Amino acid sequence: MATVTHKAVGSTEPAGSTSADATFAPAGAPRLLIFGGIALIACGMLFGDIFAVFVLHQNGRQTGEALLAATRAVSAGNVSAVKDIFGNIGGLLEDRGTKVDTHVHMTDAGYLALLLALVQPYIALSPRRKKFLARLFVAGGVLLPAGIFLIHYVGLAYSPFPVIGWGSVLADSAGAMLIAALVGQAWGLWKWLRRGASVGEPELPPDRTWERRTLLTGGTVLVLLGFLYGAWYAGMDLYSHEAREAQILKTILDGATRSHSGSAAAVGDYGSLAAERAVKIAAHSHVIEFGLLAILLSFVQPYVYLSEAWKRRWVMVLLAGSVILPVFVLLELKLGLLAGGIADVGGLLVVVALSAMLVGMLRHGGRLDAAAGRLR
Amino acid sequence: MTPSRRLLVFGGIALAALGMLYGLHYALFVEHQILDRMGGSLSEAFVRAAQRQMPQAHDAIDTYASTKYDYVRQVDVHSHWTGLAMLMIVLGVAFDGVGFSERVRSWIAGSMLAGSVLFPLGVILQTSSHGSVLGSALAIVGSGLVTLTLAAAAWGFTRQV
Repeated sequence: MATVTHKAVGSTEPAGSTSADATFAPAGAPRLLIFGGIALIACGMLFGDIFAVFVLHQNGRQTGEALLAATRAVSAGNVSAVKDIFGNIGGLLEDRGTKVDTHVHMTDAGYLALLLALVQPYIALSPRRKKFLARLFVAGGVLLPAGIFLIHYVGLAYSPFPVIGWGSVLADSAGAMLIAALVGQAWGLWKWLRRGASVGEPELPPDRTWERRTLLTGGTVLVLLGFLYGAWYAGMDLYSHEAREAQILKTILDGATRSHSGSAAAVGDYGSLAAERAVKIAAHSHVIEFGLLAILLSFVQPYVYLSEAWKRRWVMVLLAGSVILPVFVLLELKLGLLAGGIADVGGLLVVVALSAMLVGMLRHGGRLDAAAGRLR
Repeated sequence: MTPSRRLLVFGGIALAALGMLYGLHYALFVEHQILDRMGGSLSEAFVRAAQRQMPQAHDAIDTYASTKYDYVRQVDVHSHWTGLAMLMIVLGVAFDGVGFSERVRSWIAGSMLAGSVLFPLGVILQTSSHGSVLGSALAIVGSGLVTLTLAAAAWGFTRQV
């Protein structure tokens, strides 16, 4: 990493000399929420990348094969086999669904943690309570996706409940922890609103640096692009996809009752439609999420203790990855796995930039702690 | 806190609460039933086809399509309301950095709040009557407002000193 130029490493200047330092106190809730939030987002995105490479396509192929087996059972008039196969399809969909949910809930908990860090100056609670709520939130943010991930593997083993397994119990308990933490934060915000109670914590430092402006503008543009694409999808594709799905399913059943070969092509069409719908929705949601992430990261740039040059490089890497992933996810329909691979690299770029910013923040925290130790 | 920031932050919090309450109500009282109906109708279509009862199989496919139409939009309402709320709160924190007068910023914030309420409201109205003109019109106007205000905010961020 390059030499830090904006404030010398090893400076003997007191740590609490700037408002950025004051909001990043060692025992403070904002620091815990920022570290926890970025770590959750990075882990969630890494999980999403691993899922895309090792599970998503394989699961789609297995589901297609199961649907084909169901049409064979229809051709043979075998009702019990149809029921069994739909049971298997349910298992495959649960496998895929819980992994998507793990990815989504981990990254979203990270976004919320960063958002909560931003509103800490308006939470009129004691520092001890704020830190307790921050710990509760981060713990819930870790346990919720862990519980969701386990749902498919643990199933109903050793469960005292007829339909709820231990994975669901863990996920629901973690969800309750998140809700409790959010209710606590809302209570603090309410106190601040009602009484204008003093919080004793400085607001985020005003910042007009290149990094903040680029992330704010870039993030807003990404969200805007996501909205425009979403509007295009809703207007041009949503209704036609819905009509096509029903039509293809009827063709599958009609073909299966005449000759099995007639339905095989329709099953292929069904798979293509599912893939088309999935990549279009993924492009829409990912570009918006990355835009939101860029906006959130613009606020924590004062805490990234890296040289200006490296801070700018990581901002560019993050924005580049945020464009590459959704664009190449869309191109998967035309270019196939090559585009999928490039999209995964885009996701990895975002994870790397995020991790680099986290390292910068850890260095910032370490510098403050070391300076505080020297003062003592 | 300037009026435009207050509008975005507290409007966003209120919208997030609305979106989460809708999601909670949906998860507790609607989702399981609608998922059962969706999975059940698709499975029934295949079973009926295996029994060579094709009119019933096609009816089951129509039921599946209609149920999925509602499901997709109901989930979208929840995710769009909470997502737009989060975006409003985040923009609210940085809104002083939008390089326009406070009057213009207040217009942008008010329009964003209006669009964020109307867009998912229009989508949910589409489920009460499939193909509802009022629902579609509200969704189009709402999403248009949100898109325009976001473009204005992006432009404003580039103008900041």
